[in-house]
Amino acid sequence: MMSGHKTVFQTISAAAEALVKDDGYYGNYGGSFIPEILVPAFAEIKEHFAAIKQDEAFWQEYCSLLADYSGRPTPLTYADRLTDYFGRAKIYVKREDLNHTGAHKLNNALGQVLLAKKMGKTRVIAETGAGQHGVATATAAAKLGLTATIYMGREDMERQYSNVFWMKRLGAEVIAVDYGSRTLKDAINEALRDWVSSFETTHYVLGTASGAHPFPAIVSYFQAVIGIEAKEQILRAEGRLPSRVYACVGGGSNALGVFQAFYPHGDVELVGVEAGGEGQGSGRHAARIAYGEGKAGVAQGFKTLFLQNNDGQMKDTYSLAAGLDYVGVSPILADLSERGRVRFTAATDTEVVEALEIIMKTEGLIPALESTHAFAGAFNDITESSGSDIFIINMSGRGDKDIFNVAEGLQDDEWKAFIRRKARQFENAAR
Amino acid sequence: MMNGKHLSGEKPGNSKMRLAERITGSPSGQPIQIMTHQILGYPDFDTNYEMIRLFQESGARFVELQLPFSEPIADGPVFLHANQASLASGTTTKQCLEFAERVVTDFPGLSFLFMTYYNVVIQYGIEEFVKACAAIGIQGLIVPDAYPEESQEFMEACRQNGVEPILIVTPYTSSERLVYLSAVTGGFLYCAARKGVTGTKTSFGKETEAFITRVRSIARTPIAVGFGIQSDQDVRFLEGKCDIAIIGTQILTVLEQEGLSGVKRFLKTIIPA
Ligand SMILES: Cc1ncc(COP(=O)(O)O)c(C=O)c1O
Repeated sequence: MMSGHKTVFQTISAAAEALVKDDGYYGNYGGSFIPEILVPAFAEIKEHFAAIKQDEAFWQEYCSLLADYSGRPTPLTYADRLTDYFGRAKIYVKREDLNHTGAHKLNNALGQVLLAKKMGKTRVIAETGAGQHGVATATAAAKLGLTATIYMGREDMERQYSNVFWMKRLGAEVIAVDYGSRTLKDAINEALRDWVSSFETTHYVLGTASGAHPFPAIVSYFQAVIGIEAKEQILRAEGRLPSRVYACVGGGSNALGVFQAFYPHGDVELVGVEAGGEGQGSGRHAARIAYGEGKAGVAQGFKTLFLQNNDGQMKDTYSLAAGLDYVGVSPILADLSERGRVRFTAATDTEVVEALEIIMKTEGLIPALESTHAFAGAFNDITESSGSDIFIINMSGRGDKDIFNVAEGLQDDEWKAFIRRKARQFENAAR
Repeated sequence: MMNGKHLSGEKPGNSKMRLAERITGSPSGQPIQIMTHQILGYPDFDTNYEMIRLFQESGARFVELQLPFSEPIADGPVFLHANQASLASGTTTKQCLEFAERVVTDFPGLSFLFMTYYNVVIQYGIEEFVKACAAIGIQGLIVPDAYPEESQEFMEACRQNGVEPILIVTPYTSSERLVYLSAVTGGFLYCAARKGVTGTKTSFGKETEAFITRVRSIARTPIAVGFGIQSDQDVRFLEGKCDIAIIGTQILTVLEQEGLSGVKRFLKTIIPA
């Protein structure tokens, strides 16, 4: 799946090393602000990650898992009907939805669970928002023979129950987090609390390119494959690089995944799309950078832009898409934004639901609500593009998990009637 | 200078004395000194005040005042809830500083420290925050996520303003790192007796003893032991082994279950007259 003359490790590290820093600092952001009890755990990961970074055999094993288990490479689909619909830039879609378990999250989960196994750990823990990272971790743990515990905010469990169901069926323990905003950040806190008492046997598979050093680096490495493939694929299809690459940004893992390989090419514009929720000024969104409301601070082990009040207390965030509903952002992206290398924009819930309908009807794709933000961001920009432009949109995951939310968002009466019928059946059976 | 009872007549001016000088610092059979804990604004500032009055009356010597934070990752469920409830009722950093100023003046027999998370300090302004602490008479700062290697500005501000940055060590801290941490800590070294978050019980035994002995052989400051102290047996176990026993969650649990009078009874059992 990689270019033939280079080794797997050379290809991945060339993409990741362009951005990833050994000292864990990205301009003003990053670092490792951890309580003393976690120092040995972090020292252990740093040591093992430094070792596997050089270990060709590890990367071969990782890449065979991606190829033979997850189904990589994922295609880069030319969205001809969508392109016709707008009549401007040529639109290509990177199909991370076609990974096993339906999202880019499995790239990272397989890499980290493999790393955990090499470290001699028998158990993994993870946080999850949309549930995709939880499902990916539960899957990787099942495949590689480790036990898994997944922390998930109660609010997110309600929004993404189908993923809760799958995680449990995959053998993972799912623990509801019942405090704070009951979303992603609270699940991270709870996973950290588990980890401070379990690090001897347990690895924390952080799901996104955030958190204390070296997590942003590790996750970037394991997601770099997205952009490496996309670059090769677009060169093959078009003989040139795209004008823009769009990705949604929760913590930043799919965005960094697709951006890294394009980063050295200054004329490729990289665009991160955050969750605009109910819009700027509504106080109900997760647009830390696009709305200019994120302020530098330290929480959850690292320094980045957080949505916080003047006292440094984190604000509640909101998005229709549980996976984008995070209060901070990858320190690598915060820095790239400050340096003008990544442009940030946001898509509102309304724009996302509209975009989803267009994508489904014109292209026959069903992106996750998270991924639909990337599409909506591109659609918002498309009028200023021309036929000579090429857009790549990273479709980070598939939308099956969102059937309840989408049906509700679209006010689908037939679906509601079906749910009522189902509920009656279960009630009658229970009597 | 054994405990707060004997000191209750001292002048507030004493609070300017460096923290280490206020700790007798000797494990040689002196009664162990007690550090208690309060999350400011929980359940409310009036109760905080009454609790601190009880601390002084029962002979506690040090009080850790925790400024609440929305993401207290080193705290267990009891403190987590208290942090969030305090914030939900509108507690601000400014209110906490004003309250601290009041109790430092009103309870001269006690030495006050702040515990909080780094972002609270950063958003106030690191230098300004430490200066404000010094002005009030706060003697030490416990900020578990101000990882010392990455928090030069904070450590420097503490040094410049005579407020002690209290660092934490754990049984998992390597001896090499222990040398470093004990060199940069101020006042005393905070020994977390086990891994995990605050709140759950620690079984004090041979391992704790070995840990304290190891710290003692390296530390140049007095040492305090905390995390999971729940009973007078725990305190008796530590007596003669370390200088300060830190009692946090258990006091809050007693307050929540038995009110102020329960706390008064509990303090009697753990602090020798
Ligand atoms: C399908 C999908 N895309 C994107 C995200 C956002 O995360 P990140 O920004 O780390 O890629 C998630 C998170 O759960 C997700 O499930």
